[in-house]
Amino acid sequence: MKSVLIIGGGVAGIQAALDLADRGIHVYLVEKEPSIGGRMALLDKTMSTNDCSICILAPKMNECASHPNIEILEYSEVVGLDGSAGNFRVKVKRKAKYVDASKCTGCGDCMEKCPTEVPNEYNSYIDKRKAIFLPFPQSVPRKATIDKRYCLKLNKNRCGLCQKICKAKAVDYTQEDKIVELNVASIIVATGLSTYEPYDIKEYGYGKFANVHTWIEYERLINASGPTHGHLKCAPDGRRPKKIAFIQCVGSRDVKRCEWCSSVCCMVSIKSAMLANEHYNDIESFIFYSDLRVFSKRFYEYSKRGEKDYKITYIHARPGEIKEDKNTRNLIIYYEDENEGKVKELEVEMVILATPIMPSKSNLEISKILGIELDDYGFIKANGVETTKQGIYAAGCCCAPKDITEAVYQASGAACRAAEWCHA
Amino acid sequence: MPRIGVFVCDCGTNIAGFLDVPAVCEYAKILPDVVYVKENMYTCSNAGLQEIMNAIKEHKLDRVVVASCTPRTHEPLFRKACEMAGLNKFLFEFVNIRDQCSWVHQKEREKATEKAKDLVRMGVAKARLLEPLEEIKIPVERACLIIGGGISGLTAAAALAKQGIEVHLVEKDEKLGGILNDIYKVYPEDEPASKILDELINEVKKYRINVYLSSEVEKVDGYIGNFSVKIKGKTNKEIKVGTIIVAIGAKPYQPMYMYNYQEYENIITQIELEKMLKEGKIKGKDFIFIQCVGGRGERVRYCSRICCMNSIKNARIIKKMIPDSNVYIVHKGLQTYGVKYEEYTRKAREEGVRFIRVADSIPTVSSIEGKNGKIVVGFYHPGLRRKIELQGDLVILSTPLVASEDARKISQMLKVPLGLDGFFFEAHVKLRPVDFATDGIYMCGSCRAPASIEEAKIQAMAAAGRALIPMANGFVKVEPYTPYIDEEKCRACGMCVEVCPYGAMRIVEKNGRRVAENISAACKGCGACSSSCIHKAIDMRHFRDGQIIAEIEVID
Repeated sequence: MKSVLIIGGGVAGIQAALDLADRGIHVYLVEKEPSIGGRMALLDKTMSTNDCSICILAPKMNECASHPNIEILEYSEVVGLDGSAGNFRVKVKRKAKYVDASKCTGCGDCMEKCPTEVPNEYNSYIDKRKAIFLPFPQSVPRKATIDKRYCLKLNKNRCGLCQKICKAKAVDYTQEDKIVELNVASIIVATGLSTYEPYDIKEYGYGKFANVHTWIEYERLINASGPTHGHLKCAPDGRRPKKIAFIQCVGSRDVKRCEWCSSVCCMVSIKSAMLANEHYNDIESFIFYSDLRVFSKRFYEYSKRGEKDYKITYIHARPGEIKEDKNTRNLIIYYEDENEGKVKELEVEMVILATPIMPSKSNLEISKILGIELDDYGFIKANGVETTKQGIYAAGCCCAPKDITEAVYQASGAACRAAEWCHA
Repeated sequence: MPRIGVFVCDCGTNIAGFLDVPAVCEYAKILPDVVYVKENMYTCSNAGLQEIMNAIKEHKLDRVVVASCTPRTHEPLFRKACEMAGLNKFLFEFVNIRDQCSWVHQKEREKATEKAKDLVRMGVAKARLLEPLEEIKIPVERACLIIGGGISGLTAAAALAKQGIEVHLVEKDEKLGGILNDIYKVYPEDEPASKILDELINEVKKYRINVYLSSEVEKVDGYIGNFSVKIKGKTNKEIKVGTIIVAIGAKPYQPMYMYNYQEYENIITQIELEKMLKEGKIKGKDFIFIQCVGGRGERVRYCSRICCMNSIKNARIIKKMIPDSNVYIVHKGLQTYGVKYEEYTRKAREEGVRFIRVADSIPTVSSIEGKNGKIVVGFYHPGLRRKIELQGDLVILSTPLVASEDARKISQMLKVPLGLDGFFFEAHVKLRPVDFATDGIYMCGSCRAPASIEEAKIQAMAAAGRALIPMANGFVKVEPYTPYIDEEKCRACGMCVEVCPYGAMRIVEKNGRRVAENISAACKGCGACSSSCIHKAIDMRHFRDGQIIAEIEVID
């Protein structure tokens, strides 16, 4: 039986890996971050059931780690490919973690002692992490990684505290990147997404007004294991908001920026508003939308429930501008009231911008290495689950924005097709 | 004496935020036979699992209790940890202190803490009496029944046949293709539906697929790996399969007594338009598409997902056929999600299709009447803030897809659930979107929820892939929650045979006596036999009377 390579360890990659492994096919699961889990691991709750995201994903992540047919190559990137469907030869760069994974117990002592604080990308840069780190508490594998960009020992030959403190003697500053070669019958691309940072949309003041955030930041702010332990706080005094506005299509459906509809944001904002109201039941939310896209199973009903039970008001408008009150740091939203044909103001304490899902930053590189085509926007070109090259399949947000359900069934479909090459 | 380890989970703040976890831990320490107690921030994390495994070895634990979120997602994980540490995985007991405690008592910290203690005490009481069990391995027939020969069923059939599975495809119509037979072109590539269908049917013909046209599934017995299926109709046959895929599709809603549909000939439904387009019978100058007729709260509650794109597709086709036509789409918010559909809509706009958005209140239009051979459609325009009227030579009502009339019958036959909307209900909305909760049965396409052709095909491949797991392995393991039958006490009265909903009980002769026997592969462990046995001869493994009574007895 031959193996399958899966590029990307988010929910799509994980689902494809488990489907294949469960039927006896060996899988290499390559993930560029130190932990699998992808974007879903960083979400708070998931629509339309409001299940805790990591709670339903963690068992699958652990299943991958303990599955005899799955080999996780974390902190690794695909750098070369030759051969053809049925017999691909893949080169994978295993980036040096400077920690011997076979010895590391994931105890966390090194992270406590490490003196170097760096911006924490896993919390949307809201707080800091250490230079030696685990991306999040449920990381799989639970092995520390040294970020060589910041480590004092690696850069300036100072410090070395983590090595001193490590009881397992796992820290190894001499580690180097390694290239491994794999033989696989087929490949599934599941490189996920990146997100839009709306600094260029000046009228909404992102980056300038303290209480304007993107939805990705909000996912961490409302998350119990996020930087604020799930407490919503507003500048300048840390008070909690009573009114939150969500602005849809910020950067998307915009011919000057991202032309596509990001598919999930309407539902994400409804969910986010529900969660805010669940945390504090006097919170009111206002969702400014162009077309409220609630098209999947039980989504429309969910949007109605938001209106009825969670104090959500839907407003059909694209706000023209947001201004900040210098004293309260409250935000004043200017929009056209459709019913009256007048410009109105709405003052809120927090604004969440629904920015689009973008193609993964790895897509361009991966498409060149694998010899597959991208669409006009940089998503992987896919017809169903097939890319433009035989034996290479795609699943999840790498080929278009989609929700977890759609990513999961596309992953199962891709796994089904990838398995066709494993029997010969 | 048992040696029990208790692990109490904070679940981040999901549990620890609403009850006093350290107090629950302290309390667990004084319970009988508990030799080890540990609080974890996330017991399900790699570190948490490692702690369970280490504790089993270090403290010679022979029973493990985890008090945490829910067994639905996490029981298999903790059991596996036990197994990896050398402990029989059925010596594990789950105590649910999140879904059934911290989440429902978010404002009663003290009471929630007391309840968590009670739940842990009960779990420990049961754990003391747990017995090691072995999973049952049952063989799986490498054959699949697909119900429905539309785009989903055909795609699944081809995917399975390609991988050496014997496929039985049952279609109640006299030809394959389902709703695609009635459609002119398919978005977003605007390929003729007939071309897509021909290609797929040719592919299916290449493989050894048993196609039963004008036939229906009459009866299904058995369980994963071993279903016996009775087909009746043009073909009458009994077959054995290992798995079943349900792909019966959906049908467009007929808008009877709505929007004057039956009053005027030139008010038609989308599917009637498809037929006209196919036959090239389209004429006129003004065309009005009305969205959400019967959908989004009018007759059914849900949004039918595909109708906006379908209207835009047909609007573009008409615009191409009759370049000087006026084509309007009156909608309540276009559902043209994603990359391709948004692009498609933009093209339609560039080509001159006019979109008019009305408020999401009911109904889409306020008047629709015939006048001099034309249809006058009136509605409130939110941008202009007044009622406006459009005249159409043809008005097309875009109605939702609704569940097939066979859905209920099939749900009863296969003992699988339907949702409130009449579509089949999946095992987990997000993580198991094409599985039924019943092992070995899967779904795809519009019988799950309205789906585009591309989505239906992806789901079909997914369902095929999921069904291939047990079939490729050739076996499946099932939980051993089967009845233990005390043959001394059994009087062969047959009550258990009668109550068993799965046909898993039978009366056999053993050593010259008639006694009840369980067919473990068919058994779902529901316990109906046990609770109905008047001679108390049946006891469920893992849910023994003694174990349950022990749990109840420790409640004050």
